[in-house]
Amino acid sequence: MRNESTLKGIPIRVEQSARGPASGDVGPSGVVAQAAQAAYAARAAKAGTAAKAAATTDAPIEVELFEKHKKIYPRQVTGLFARWRVALVVLTQLVFYGLPWLTWNGRQAVLFDIAARKFYVFGLVMWPQDFIFLTALLVMSALSLFLFTAVAGRLWCGYACPQTVYTEIFMWIERKFEGDRARRMKLDAAPWSVEKLWRKGGKQAAWIALSLWTGFTFVGYFTPIHVLSAEVAAVALGPWEGFWVAFYGLATYGNAGFLREQVCKYMCPYARFQSAMFDKDTLIISYDAARGEPRGSRSKKADPAALGLGSCVDCTLCVQVCPTGIDIRNGLQYECIGCAACIDVCDDVMGKMGYAPGLIRYSTQRALEERDDTLDLVRHALRPRTLIYGSVLVAIAAAFVAGLAMRDPIKVDVMRDRNSLSRMVEDRIENVYRLQLMNATESPARYVIEVEGLPEIRVASEPQVDIAAAESRTLAVRVQVPSGAAAPGSKKIEFVVRDPQHGTAVREKSVFIMPR
Amino acid sequence: MSDFLSDGWGLFISAVTLAGILGCGLLLWSLGRKQPATPGQTTGHVWDGDLQEYNNPMPRWWMWLFYITIVFSIGYLVLYPGLGRYQGAWNWSQVSQYEREVEAYKAQIKPLYDSFAAQDVPQLAGDVRAMGVGERLFLNNCAQCHGSDARGAKGFPNLADADWLYGGTPDAIKTSITQGRHGVMPPMAAAVGTEEDLQNLVQYVLSLSGSASDPLKANLGKAKFATCAACHGADGKGNVALGAPNLTDKVWLYGGGAANVLETIRKGRSNQMPAQAEKLAPEQIHVLSAYVWSLSNKAKPVATSQADTTAAATR
Repeated sequence: MRNESTLKGIPIRVEQSARGPASGDVGPSGVVAQAAQAAYAARAAKAGTAAKAAATTDAPIEVELFEKHKKIYPRQVTGLFARWRVALVVLTQLVFYGLPWLTWNGRQAVLFDIAARKFYVFGLVMWPQDFIFLTALLVMSALSLFLFTAVAGRLWCGYACPQTVYTEIFMWIERKFEGDRARRMKLDAAPWSVEKLWRKGGKQAAWIALSLWTGFTFVGYFTPIHVLSAEVAAVALGPWEGFWVAFYGLATYGNAGFLREQVCKYMCPYARFQSAMFDKDTLIISYDAARGEPRGSRSKKADPAALGLGSCVDCTLCVQVCPTGIDIRNGLQYECIGCAACIDVCDDVMGKMGYAPGLIRYSTQRALEERDDTLDLVRHALRPRTLIYGSVLVAIAAAFVAGLAMRDPIKVDVMRDRNSLSRMVEDRIENVYRLQLMNATESPARYVIEVEGLPEIRVASEPQVDIAAAESRTLAVRVQVPSGAAAPGSKKIEFVVRDPQHGTAVREKSVFIMPR
Repeated sequence: MSDFLSDGWGLFISAVTLAGILGCGLLLWSLGRKQPATPGQTTGHVWDGDLQEYNNPMPRWWMWLFYITIVFSIGYLVLYPGLGRYQGAWNWSQVSQYEREVEAYKAQIKPLYDSFAAQDVPQLAGDVRAMGVGERLFLNNCAQCHGSDARGAKGFPNLADADWLYGGTPDAIKTSITQGRHGVMPPMAAAVGTEEDLQNLVQYVLSLSGSASDPLKANLGKAKFATCAACHGADGKGNVALGAPNLTDKVWLYGGGAANVLETIRKGRSNQMPAQAEKLAPEQIHVLSAYVWSLSNKAKPVATSQADTTAAATR
């Protein structure tokens, strides 16, 4: 028994072994609960798929490699996890829409000034030289992804991914104008009327307005948002700003309004590679087939055991709420973004039926197989994989914070002049250097340049330099030693740039050439 | 196409390109049609003996994206050079784009340079912004020879002192930068006379600047200086019209001391400052002149960093 189920999506590897049909679908072998195989078989048999037809009649039938997209009408869901999602939507969007409007030290608190190559993050001014911090941030993001996925699957997808978040907002707008699932389906099927026109038109207008606001906010991280809003008010947006506002607006509109689950199914690389982080102890949205099957409708008063039925009343609500249009009862599928909408709705149904909740729940493959309890789940959450991810993450985060705290407020580059290696000035030997000094703070600074490393070595040019806030300056510096202070050749010296006002200093190595 | 390649390569690449596009179109068209199904809904592909691939249809709009790429590539090949010698309907080239960007940039910085051009050199030398631009122009264009601090090196004049080979007026500096200078001192050994005459002349030349010298020899060499006076003047104070150095100060372009001076007299010197008229615009040379002039004529402007606009202006 294999292959009969009609899995959709990318090419998947199926091994002709005793494994279940979905085992090649997501991650390592045996992720899918064995019980799900029964559901597959049942569903395949019930659906009477083309494959079955082919197998029974041997007649050549035709398939398509591209099919028309079927629109999904997710039903509204309420419950614990839906509330979590709403909370995260509100939280992330408050940050996203609100952050550019904050000010700090008389400037925008978070501003990425690409033209000036300065990146302001509250009290920090980052320069291109600070790129390592961005690298560390990305490494931390990746490790967090590994850790959270290993522990509880696609948490990011279900609750925090912008694709989910904006789809959630757009669907909320859609419900306001067109109503819930059944009414939306009816409206789409209905001929055009004044009512359909205003409902659809109103929805589109609200979507477009929100999209443009999103694009505007996004660009506001790169162009000061007060300047940008003045430009918008004066209808004098620069060509690039206009382009990016429209671009991000369109991306939001298209992704959240129309593409929705297709982004996750066909485009998102993360959706693909995170299955490599699943194992038998990863919390996934699981249908407890052993408890639910055989499914079937029944009266609330009836005793399922007497009818030979499991807990699943086959109300299909879990399918109706699914934003990617799958049936979780078929086991873990790559389309599942872990939003837990089916958990919420199923618990609701179980409650109404007077059954225990958790027919669909966050569980692990091992727990389903071995009928583990919650304590076992917690125990298995602490396993080498998560502990290693976690400790590496903590280590890098600590290094990141320490690095930021110890970041030099002065940046110094020393370039030796190469036209003349050294020259005589009266009875002294002189070398010339170019010092590039950067004041990485937000207040003007006066630096004192000193040099060390040879007897009686001194800076012969003006040792003090004023540098405005967050500016850089290239300075010619003459360094002298008495002739005969050292043997001929290249001597190691060190520049020390001090900020006496703040008591900071930066050292930078160079060489001094003594002539023959 | 490169000039040294025959047109055959252009035709070959054009043919491959167009055949590739056509091939993609045909492939798409064939995949868009219904396919005979294989048992078990797989695509029929088998790897490693037992790995098979399900047929999981892509959404139809995805196929249209592929068609759009074909339309795009054809549009690209029509508008831009991509097929052999065909230059494209827009006649675009990297060089023309570069030139357009340079023009646009010049237009952007023109107001700044116009404001600089309106001031004379001494005025400009007091303009902190202009001096910031001048400093960066100097570091990019002059420091290679004259040093980052403009104090020169052997053979490269010090621009920060009060001694000028060709004059230190703003106009003279501007002329030096614009047209360059070629200073030649011919080998004088034959004209001076014997080896002893040379040694005596060297001591005399050293004595002019009060450098350590043998008074006896210097006295003997004095008569021989007549040969030098044509350029350096009877008093040895030089001649800015010729670029003949003043020998009565302790500024030595090729080094002081008997050995260096003897070498200079015996073998002569030839030295060239290249003309910058081709490299720099007149308004840039104006700012640069003011910067160079400021080095020896007034205290340097207060060392503060400049606004980004001026940083950009020096490119």
